[in-house]
Amino acid sequence: MLKRTPLFAAHQKLGGKLIEFGGWEMPVQYTSITDEHLAVRTAAGIFDISHMGEVTVSGAGAAEFLNRTLTNDIRKLTPGLGQYTLMCNERGGVIDDLYAYCLSQGVYLLIINASRIEADVAWLQAQAAQFSGDLKLTDASHQYAAVAVQGPRVKEFINDCIPGASISAMRVPQATELKKNEIGGFKCGHGGVLVSRTGYTGEDGFEIVGEGPAILAVWETILGKGQPFGIKPCGLGARDTLRTEVCYPLYGHELDEDTTPIEAGVGFFVSLDKSEFNGRSVLADQKANGVKKKCVAFTMAEKCAPPRPHYPIWVNGVKTGEVVSGTQSPSLNNGIGLGYVPPEFAKAGTAIEIEIRGKQFKATVVQKPIYRKPQST
Amino acid sequence: MSNVPSDLKYAKSHEWVHVAGDIATVGITDHAQHELTDIVFVELPSAGRTVKAGESCAVVESVKTASDIYSPVSGEIIEVNKTAVDDPALVNREPFTGGWFYKIKLSDPAELGALLTPDAYKAQIGG
Repeated sequence: MLKRTPLFAAHQKLGGKLIEFGGWEMPVQYTSITDEHLAVRTAAGIFDISHMGEVTVSGAGAAEFLNRTLTNDIRKLTPGLGQYTLMCNERGGVIDDLYAYCLSQGVYLLIINASRIEADVAWLQAQAAQFSGDLKLTDASHQYAAVAVQGPRVKEFINDCIPGASISAMRVPQATELKKNEIGGFKCGHGGVLVSRTGYTGEDGFEIVGEGPAILAVWETILGKGQPFGIKPCGLGARDTLRTEVCYPLYGHELDEDTTPIEAGVGFFVSLDKSEFNGRSVLADQKANGVKKKCVAFTMAEKCAPPRPHYPIWVNGVKTGEVVSGTQSPSLNNGIGLGYVPPEFAKAGTAIEIEIRGKQFKATVVQKPIYRKPQST
Repeated sequence: MSNVPSDLKYAKSHEWVHVAGDIATVGITDHAQHELTDIVFVELPSAGRTVKAGESCAVVESVKTASDIYSPVSGEIIEVNKTAVDDPALVNREPFTGGWFYKIKLSDPAELGALLTPDAYKAQIGG
């Protein structure tokens, strides 16, 4: 039986096309992936991300525990700040990529991938069992729902949806005063919600976490107040094309337990200048001496079907790697993708070929992100 | 609700067939294009190719997925719609007219009897 979010009835009412994702029944699209994608790039879109998991970590030893378990340096977080980080095994392979927020002194919230909740919680509990400090670990995934509201026009109406000043974490007079990666607690109709200035689309926007009834109310309010600004409800299809254009990794595609953050190109979020953490020796070695495979972005250089995950990558007549994400970019109207190749072929400008149904098509390795926002004049 | 023209025959796999003498025109239905949405690529068979009924002979790709298209009838492909290849969204806009796929010279017209009537196809798609 697939799990349903508190917004399930709302998706049905809006005519959302439902698919299975990570054990959840989620909308892949309402009208069209392209239309929803372009709404987020030019105006606003709202996504149900209630399937994502939430774990709270608290206690006097919480920061030390997280610094041993995650790759980024948690000491950079003061109350109200968040960071992108990864959880690795001893081989440096990625168990999950996540956001860690400091809500108050010694209280942290981890937002983890839906498909990884069980694996993450089991791993965290095993790590906690070996940790002697004061620590409380709670899987609150079943308790919380969440939405992401994304796009350049969101800042014009979000204060009307989440009114007033924050009352916890980052203290701001209104939601739009939150800066990138900041999180604040707001009083909101049915109870409290946490609002962070984060997202997975490459656009400005907010992610809002709270209990089901509060998030359902926020969803309805945002769709109403955002309507004059062109907001659209958006499904997982647009979420995937948006993140692929800006080269954000998706667990199970760019990341897995046999791939390190260095190979995936997210080494920036691996802090070697802190004390020992899981996978450190492998990651330090790769940072110093290089990797055997590297995640590259590419665009198709001739007319062809869109690249898809698992399509082979060829260089100079030799099969050298595999596509991990690929689609037709709605912003560029061109085939784009991410894939792994040996590092000697990872330089921007390298000519590669993607095998699509038995035939090879020309593509070019490009700098990340594939899509850059046009500079406003 | 999807459009199901009354002068066509239908395959269970959502292709339509228009027959004129021993030449049939083949495309995908309004229901199919609506389910696929955002068609971004169409690959059609070469003229001159002989196909059997039920054989995969074309591919339609939307942003999210690739779908095989099966020939509802057997015969020789005599013409393909290059306009749909150049402008795949035409299949979304005009599935029964401008967005046709190919014309085929029927080698076994008796196969037409096995295709669905408009009413039977309507019943299949719940329309």
